[in-house]
Amino acid sequence: MNLILDNTTMEFKVPTMAELMAAGEEPEILFWVGCAGSYDERAQKITRDICKILHHVGIKYAVLGTEESCTGDPAKRAGNEFLFQMQAMTNIEVLNAYNIKKIVTGCPHCFNTIKNEYPGLGGSYEVIHHTQLIQDLINEGKLKAEGGESFKGKKITYHDPCYLGRGNGIYEAPRKALEVLDAQLVEMKRCKSNGLCCGAGGAQMFKEPEKGKKDINVERIDEALETNPQFIAAGCPFCMTMLSDGIKLKDKEQEVKVLDIAEITARANGL
Amino acid sequence: MVAQILFLVLTLAAIALFTVNLRKIIRNIRLGKPVDRNDQPQKRLMTMLRVAFGQSKMVVRPIPAFLHFFVYIGFVIINLEVLEIMIDGLFGTHRIFNGLGSLYNFLIGSFEILAFTVWVSCVIFLIRRNVIKLKRFSGVEMKSWPKSDANYILITEILLMSAFLLMNAADAKLQLLGASHYISAGAFPVSQYLMNILPSTESALIIVERSCWWFHIIGILAFLNYLPYSKHFHILFAFPNTYFSNLEPKGEFTNMASVTNEVKAMLDPSFVPAETEPGKFGAKDVTDLSWVNLMNAYTCTECGRCTSVCPANITGKLLSPRKIMMDTRDRITEVGKNIDKHGTEHQDGKSLLDDYISREEIWACTSCNACVEACPVNIDPLQIIMELRRFAVMEESQAPASINAMLGNIENNQAPWKYSPADRFNWAQEN
Repeated sequence: MNLILDNTTMEFKVPTMAELMAAGEEPEILFWVGCAGSYDERAQKITRDICKILHHVGIKYAVLGTEESCTGDPAKRAGNEFLFQMQAMTNIEVLNAYNIKKIVTGCPHCFNTIKNEYPGLGGSYEVIHHTQLIQDLINEGKLKAEGGESFKGKKITYHDPCYLGRGNGIYEAPRKALEVLDAQLVEMKRCKSNGLCCGAGGAQMFKEPEKGKKDINVERIDEALETNPQFIAAGCPFCMTMLSDGIKLKDKEQEVKVLDIAEITARANGL
Repeated sequence: MVAQILFLVLTLAAIALFTVNLRKIIRNIRLGKPVDRNDQPQKRLMTMLRVAFGQSKMVVRPIPAFLHFFVYIGFVIINLEVLEIMIDGLFGTHRIFNGLGSLYNFLIGSFEILAFTVWVSCVIFLIRRNVIKLKRFSGVEMKSWPKSDANYILITEILLMSAFLLMNAADAKLQLLGASHYISAGAFPVSQYLMNILPSTESALIIVERSCWWFHIIGILAFLNYLPYSKHFHILFAFPNTYFSNLEPKGEFTNMASVTNEVKAMLDPSFVPAETEPGKFGAKDVTDLSWVNLMNAYTCTECGRCTSVCPANITGKLLSPRKIMMDTRDRITEVGKNIDKHGTEHQDGKSLLDDYISREEIWACTSCNACVEACPVNIDPLQIIMELRRFAVMEESQAPASINAMLGNIENNQAPWKYSPADRFNWAQEN
């Protein structure tokens, strides 16, 4: 039971596609972890929580494990279409070989790329973001907010990731996933289709910002803090980095927690 | 008779000149690369009706939406009156449509009310730009010509509406005097209040009425010919621009077919790519962009909604999506002038990238799509930025060092960071 206190290890085995195939089985859904979810320490926690949710509701899922590789999103946004398509076609080969039909991603960038840009290169799958999965599970009654930490009455503000919101028009699923908590949802001034970017998109995550008078994530954190939240909910590992950095810079780490919706869901269900 | 001939000559000259300039713009747009935007005609039509006719994206900002709506409706509906003016001008008639009876009175009355609301809206717009000095209307790209352009348009519209109302006031007064030729027709809910400031003699009133009539129609013809040189061109291009706008999710970027062929050939040596025209990757100059990008540039009315929501611009970076569009239009106009002067083969040694748009601008973009979302006529500055990045990276290998490091990592470790692919699944280690 140490994992509730310390989310650094798993107490169940995460199945890989290779193992399922060897056993002659197919999963209902593939969990596409993404590079941040695989390597970034903070995002790894989100990854493990998504697995816990999948495990908890008993969906037959699998991950690619070491067979997964970058979707090519940052290469494409940086202008390197060659590298993007190399990555995409290699990934599509793996996904098609495993006969994948449905994918859930832990990252809006992976989500957008696989959903929208892979079909033209021969990879067509039903792709959902993990907040959509959580919403579906809540709607189906498979997931509630009970048995764990209570968020009742807590002030939560949700930051829309660009590639989920404006990029793909998904504004409701993450909010529905939070509504079940009976928390107090407060919107920032710039939200939904008018949401302000965290500053990481378009490969900005991997470079220093151009010179200006302020960092974008600080602008966003200032706005988030105006709502006086106890939690800032995120749905993207890159937003997570930018928002957490902002909170650190403002020295508000004690008062305000930045959590992914998967983490909030896992906590609320005592997973 | 002299007046009719003069009117005919002026009208024909104005239409001819406008046609010449419009054709130049269409030719310039066609210098862009092909892209298919003829799919899903029904969805395209609905988009145009909703966004351009219905002004659906304007409502985000209610005050300008309200004011703009009056000017827009005024423009569309008062043009019915221009039809009557045209016929009267050509045939020497006066208020030819008065046979419509009470409908005519209703129409003229409506035009007057609309003309008044246009007048008021334009005055408020001028105040917003020049007195209140709203931030959205400033910026490095809004100096000199673009700043004057907006004011010229507003002042012209105010003058045109003033002339229209004064003309009606004089006409109404002449009707009351029972002047011959000035048949009793129309309703004058606004201009009746202007009658007092007009002279009382019939001859003086006729001078006022005729002057205003000529000023109004010559003003309209002149304004028509001002459009191709102005940001105000959006009143025409908003419609095709929304019709041909991107219907796919905003997050989806195009897959370059030329690259697909090469990548397929690399991964599968037996693959024989279809014959494609060898071209450069991405865009260095405007002619490397698609015709839709260029049409976008001509459609932009420099309202600055894109720039005001751009996270890079808000935080003081050089990037301004509006400037991207204005630079693209300025450059394609220059390329077009070069063709007129020196023929199609002429190279002036300049390009959109570097001579107009700097590297610092294109690398400040977070690809967040806020600018695309904000544009009331579905212009896409992001696509231009991405094409410029593609050129910088794929043709020149010119990217910020940290971007090159990230690309190297993906190439070598299949992740943007320097981690071993063998460690990718370590997060799931059991305790």
